[in-house]
Amino acid sequence: MKTYNNKAWWLVLPVFVLVAFSAIIPMMTVVNYSVQDIFDPSTRYFVGTEWYREILADPRLHDSLVRQFIYSFCVLAIEVPLGIVVALSMPRRGLGVPFSLILLSLPLLVPWNVVGTIWQIIGREDIGLYGWILNSLGLDYNYASNPRDAWITVLVMDVWHWTSLVALLCYSGLRSIPDVYYQAARIDRASHWAVFRFIQLPKLKNVLLIAVMLRFMDSFMIYTEPFVLTGGGPGTATTFLSQTLTQMALGQFDLGRAAAFSLIYFLIILLVTWVFYTAMTHNDDKG
Amino acid sequence: MGWMAWTLPTALFFAGIAALLVAMTVWQTVSPGRDRRGFLPISTSRGDRLFIGLLAAAYGHLLVLALTDWPLWIATAICVAGMAIIMKWG
Repeated sequence: MKTYNNKAWWLVLPVFVLVAFSAIIPMMTVVNYSVQDIFDPSTRYFVGTEWYREILADPRLHDSLVRQFIYSFCVLAIEVPLGIVVALSMPRRGLGVPFSLILLSLPLLVPWNVVGTIWQIIGREDIGLYGWILNSLGLDYNYASNPRDAWITVLVMDVWHWTSLVALLCYSGLRSIPDVYYQAARIDRASHWAVFRFIQLPKLKNVLLIAVMLRFMDSFMIYTEPFVLTGGGPGTATTFLSQTLTQMALGQFDLGRAAAFSLIYFLIILLVTWVFYTAMTHNDDKG
Repeated sequence: MGWMAWTLPTALFFAGIAALLVAMTVWQTVSPGRDRRGFLPISTSRGDRLFIGLLAAAYGHLLVLALTDWPLWIATAICVAGMAIIMKWG
């Protein structure tokens, strides 16, 4: 019994070829590298799972991983509530709408390395507005020598760059709530908090999941901004996973170890993304 | 293909994954499955359970490498058994 015409599957072929060349084949190469000690293209030795054992016991990986999780957690803990607050305070009609949308979009248009450079200047205590103000207030602020200040600056920079994305996503979610919900809330004399808790927040759930997933993945893979701003320092205070990986692969040309490292990195992102994806589709199934 | 630095074990690994995907496609075509709820907290299709099993196997191997001196075949045996349990009752 044949009831379906499956010819439409051929339309997927271009995407499959594209993904094969951009992701699958490079990834297979990384897997091949991860089990070999590579000196040059013609001189390589099979070492089995040796690199994985070494990497998993490497304190550099542990430290970077802990820093990375703390960083992503801080980014989400600040940007998601702040994005919601910004979205709630944005105008719903009038000239303020396009004005605020353009204003919020501006940080998103700035390239990563430019953001790092901007904050490198803003954070300076002699000519930078942020650094100068903090020092004028009597705070001994120096992001280049103090790990705490470096962390705060990297976080503030990320919040400046990416809160807009969360705010814009939330704003679009808020705009899609039909007016009848608000009318019903007015009839029931619901407070602002009740409207937020029982109407807006549940309606924002799917948008927030996307925002959290995007911000988690992006913050977990962050490289350029802290690299430009602090170079991973002072010491290794702001050296995150991608920078440790780059140092290993390009700085030391340790391709086997770097390949094993990047596969472990990939598995962490794959697991987290799958959890988010499942949570989203599970919510959709429940309606 | 020399630039991809192939080795026999990794070639066998990818051939195994490819064979698994082909087998799953044939299985689904011959006898279409549907989503169901097992001991996993979500309803899953066969493909979902295969993915969960493979991901669990990857983490299982890493855990064995990180925490023990066991030979890798023990990890593989445990993960194959885990995969069978997830596919059957997951």
